[in-house]
Amino acid sequence: MSLFDYLIQHRADVLVRTAEHIGLVTISVGLAVSVGVPLGIMISRRPRLRGPILGSANVVQTIPSLALFGFLLTVPFIGLGARNAIIALVVYSLLPIVRNTYTGIVGVDPSVREAARGMGMTDWQLLRMVELPLAAPVVLAGVRVAAVIAIGVATIAAAIGAGGLGVFIFRGLSMVDNGVIMAGAIPAAGLALLIDGLLHLVERKIDWRVKR
Amino acid sequence: MSSPVVEFTEACYDLGGRRLIGPLTLTVLQGETVVLLGESGSGKTTILRLINHLLEVTQGEVRVQGKSTREWDPVRLRRRIGYVIQEVGLLPHLTVARNVALVPYLEGWPKSRREERTDELLELVGLAAPDFRDRRPHELSGGQRQRVGVARALAADPPILICDEAFGAVDPVTRGALRGEFRALTRRLEKTVVFVTHDVREAMALGDRIAVLQTGSIEFLGTVEQFRRDQTQTVAELRDLA
Repeated sequence: MSLFDYLIQHRADVLVRTAEHIGLVTISVGLAVSVGVPLGIMISRRPRLRGPILGSANVVQTIPSLALFGFLLTVPFIGLGARNAIIALVVYSLLPIVRNTYTGIVGVDPSVREAARGMGMTDWQLLRMVELPLAAPVVLAGVRVAAVIAIGVATIAAAIGAGGLGVFIFRGLSMVDNGVIMAGAIPAAGLALLIDGLLHLVERKIDWRVKR
Repeated sequence: MSSPVVEFTEACYDLGGRRLIGPLTLTVLQGETVVLLGESGSGKTTILRLINHLLEVTQGEVRVQGKSTREWDPVRLRRRIGYVIQEVGLLPHLTVARNVALVPYLEGWPKSRREERTDELLELVGLAAPDFRDRRPHELSGGQRQRVGVARALAADPPILICDEAFGAVDPVTRGALRGEFRALTRRLEKTVVFVTHDVREAMALGDRIAVLQTGSIEFLGTVEQFRRDQTQTVAELRDLA
């Protein structure tokens, strides 16, 4: 069956799966941001924690995704489904977010930091008014990488019953039908490009160096 | 007799076993401008940082308004000391207005009062407020940035100003003009000023008194008049540079 016939016949199903996919990625990246940004801030303050935290984020990043889904299956209260997928996706998204938050903050010009302290800013004010705004484009670049990775990895989550566009890919594999595989792969790729572009726009929007 | 505002008493600052400053004894009186004159590496900037407790003396003490910097809450102390920074140190992501109003903002002034104060200060340093308020630092010339730096230091009306090569980033013509305006301004506002420079002419133009620094110690301390007449070799050599 050709790709377009399949897409047209199953358009409702494709839309539902796309929505599932977006849901998985949004929740996971959202959670990864709320954990990763504070972690990045923390290691910028406590250099001794930097090695262990970046190291572990790095190591989990290297676990093949299918294997990670498999490991999580055996963990009590996780098992099959979306919860398993979200945990794995958060783990994968963490590294770029933590690393970029850290890089962004330590990359702030020391003379700017010194000036802010000299004006009488508290640590908290320095972070909120100077370091985070100046690091924001770098942090967001990390979120962008995380989101694109998560969109890709989330297709594999269909293997553990988490739904999403991977459903078509696995169905196509078992049917040996490239058209069906494409019905999952093309929307997933399109989604990745779209999110990448959108976040890039936001990145430019918050970059103080870009003239407005 | 004016009261002492900044007092160094046998103050030393060591880093990694090396003595960078001191022992240093110096009293800056209410309303006067003391210029610390020295080459780069003579410890001028370090001395300013000891005043606002960005650094802490290893021996002796520094008192600001009668209280040791060790006893001051560093945040409170820094907000009472206007700091004009080498290479200006404006926050690049904030507009001119927000940079100027920074300390008033930190101090929780209401918005209307901050805006009024910002415009007043921009005019005071010779920048037309409507034109400059909403610009960002990178859209200004070196001289304009420097003026904004001075406006920012004055914003919360601190009794003390410390200035680190405040006019170092501008061309000689603007420099002369800024210098004159700065002196008139700090006189009028009765600020106590500690001004760091390596420029002998600047020191003579701005200071009530000059302290010549070499490797962290004061080699000469006196009024500009005494500086002009002093016969010691160090001072004579410096005068030749002017």
